Amino acid sequence: MKLTKIAAAAAVAVVAASPVMADLVFPSLSYRTGAYAVGGIPFADGYADYMTLVNERDGGVGGVMTRVIECETAYNTEKGVECYEATKGEGALIYQPLSTGITYQLIPKASADGIPVHSMGYGRTSAANGKVFEWVFNYPANYWTGASAAVNYISAQEGGSLKGKTIALVYHNSGYGKEPIRTLEVLAEKHGYSLMLVPVDHPGQEQKSQWLQIRQQKPDYVLLWGWGVMNQVAIQEAANIRFPMDHMIGIWWSGAEADVLPAGDASNGYKALALTGVGNEYPLFADIQKYVVDAGKAAGAGDQIGTVPYNRGIYAAMLAVEAVKTAQAMHGVADITPVMMRDGMENLMMDEAKMTALGLPNFGPTFNVSCENHGGPGLASVTQWDAGAKKWNVIAPFEAPDMDVISALVAADSEAYAAENAITPRDCK
Amino acid sequence: MLYREAGDFKTSYAEDSQTFPIVIDRVGYYVVLAIAFGVIPFLINDYWANAVFVPLLIYAIATLGLNILTGYCGQVSLGTGGFMAVGAYACYKLMTAFPELNIFFCVLLAGGVTAGVGVLFGLPSLRIKGFYLAVATLAAQFFLVWMFNKVPWFYNYSASGQINAPERTLAGIVITGPHTEAWAKYLFCLVFVVLLAWLARNLTRGNFGRQWMAIRDMDIAAEIIGVNPLKAKLSAFAVSSFFIGIAGALFFAVYLGAAEVGEAFGIQKSFLILFMVIIGGLGSIFGSFAGAAFLVLMPVILKNVLVGMLGWQTDIAAHLEFVIVGALIVTFLILEPHGLAQLWRIIKEKLRLWPFPH
Repeated sequence: MKLTKIAAAAAVAVVAASPVMADLVFPSLSYRTGAYAVGGIPFADGYADYMTLVNERDGGVGGVMTRVIECETAYNTEKGVECYEATKGEGALIYQPLSTGITYQLIPKASADGIPVHSMGYGRTSAANGKVFEWVFNYPANYWTGASAAVNYISAQEGGSLKGKTIALVYHNSGYGKEPIRTLEVLAEKHGYSLMLVPVDHPGQEQKSQWLQIRQQKPDYVLLWGWGVMNQVAIQEAANIRFPMDHMIGIWWSGAEADVLPAGDASNGYKALALTGVGNEYPLFADIQKYVVDAGKAAGAGDQIGTVPYNRGIYAAMLAVEAVKTAQAMHGVADITPVMMRDGMENLMMDEAKMTALGLPNFGPTFNVSCENHGGPGLASVTQWDAGAKKWNVIAPFEAPDMDVISALVAADSEAYAAENAITPRDCK
Repeated sequence: MLYREAGDFKTSYAEDSQTFPIVIDRVGYYVVLAIAFGVIPFLINDYWANAVFVPLLIYAIATLGLNILTGYCGQVSLGTGGFMAVGAYACYKLMTAFPELNIFFCVLLAGGVTAGVGVLFGLPSLRIKGFYLAVATLAAQFFLVWMFNKVPWFYNYSASGQINAPERTLAGIVITGPHTEAWAKYLFCLVFVVLLAWLARNLTRGNFGRQWMAIRDMDIAAEIIGVNPLKAKLSAFAVSSFFIGIAGALFFAVYLGAAEVGEAFGIQKSFLILFMVIIGGLGSIFGSFAGAAFLVLMPVILKNVLVGMLGWQTDIAAHLEFVIVGALIVTFLILEPHGLAQLWRIIKEKLRLWPFPH
């Protein structure tokens, strides 16, 4: 009996969140709390700021205003489900949950509901196969292309051969961290290095034993596949055992200012892959300053502008807006539906002229999305931390990964998913 | 005036020992059941199912399970998350290994598997008690999570170690997978809740329940009056794990659809369910529901009020949620250390006397 009373109170609360139509809705399943907030806050700020900029400067996209609905997930899948259910009825066009766990939850649900999911540089890698994953996109790069890019870079550093070398993978012991293992194993056979796996459990604040293991076994290189507080701890521990920083390479989720700053000068020379350009010297940032920050409309505390995850939030929002523009042009409708959004994403073309026009020259790779390929070319650049100047420098330009290896893995994994879930791959003419 | 047993004469032993001896309680119980089965399924939508009712029902099962072990038998367990993981992974392996097996039996069998594992980890309870047992079950929690992470057989060698629930039907109605209707999800869980709550109620007031309570109150005295501690403790572990395993299977297959052991079944889940038991009331069926409702619904209500109605920033609201829920827990426990169930009992006592307090 008590239950019904509580339920009635909840009913009042939910009814109050009434939907408003005729705008482009972008739910932002953000996490500004918890062990991963250090990456979640700047990303959410960048995402929201870009959408605000589009509204303030251009009057929306094609004349329709954008609306960002933030929902706090704390990187927790149960809250992610709640956020998804709470926002999907508001006309959500696209989900970018910034969490591999939540992406795994949303892939079947959003596919059934007909809402596209864009997991940019995270999520399920085999979603790159558009024949099986009609509603899921992970362009421009994913974990497996990232793993391959890192191995290619190490190989170039070693003069083209990795025979007899040992590469350690220090990873978050979750779906996120385990994703690259298979690729690294296949690449190990190809290049002749041996792979050492070092898992770190959530949230990763305690890594003494892992780094002791690294100190004893002395791998030649360490790949860091961490997120949130785990990154800072890993870099600090690496510095403590005096592991050479330039032999430690992070995935793009382990390469933010907040990850290296706590270790101070000891983190000098640490390398990380990057999806986008670094810094705030792009023309777009002048517009953000003018229309968003100076107008007092910046999201969050407004102190994250130009950091790596902030730029990634900008990039994610920019790709979403460009997909909206593509969809509007294709269908001749300004107030698009999620189905049209999917078409827009599938026909998205990012070239240099477009990015320059947006004020982001050379910010990301050029790529085209197609019906078969939802993953893009998988280009990643390498950046290095300069602790003295407190900034990241690009030391290797965007380069293509070993697609022969990855395409086979993507095909195998997506076919297994299709078989498990009785999906007939669609026909891409 | 209304709420009393005066004039409600019992003429048989069965009537005298029924669960709800007072008419208004009995009527209320049937009304709740009628609403739960006859009204809510027609009104429910995806949000209400996935954010409110399904997690509430599943946590209620898990809380009932832990309450049998901790509340009735007095064995503190911190392994609940691990046992839920056993249920989830057993259900996953059964679903994928026997695609034609009915999902209802998959869930039941998953509960059975968990009962076996629970008995295994319950063996130390014969030698150690109290906090020491809590530590032993904590080992179960960490060992089980580690094992499901480490052995790829459990997650069918998938690249990420995630398990995904394939689509399964019951009498032609989709129960798991993304195409499940909200009402189907809800009713499937509700059937389990009603069956298990009925089972728990009747077990706890029967021979087994009395043995468990005797062990809880003083194990040496219980042994002297002829209660076999081996049988009592292990049966409590088995029944409790059976409930928790079913909760884990439903949590994975019906509610989340995809799960990752460290995130979904970590130590925080064990604590959450233990808090539900403590806040609801140790050794009470109603308390299990009340505790689960309190901890599942409070964050959702607060979030909807603070963000949805007042338009606060999500991070401030999220932090305040912790503060408010925490403060409410402390307040409740100061006002009534025996939980919401005791509060409910006191209200009922007062109602019997009302409007004449003496």
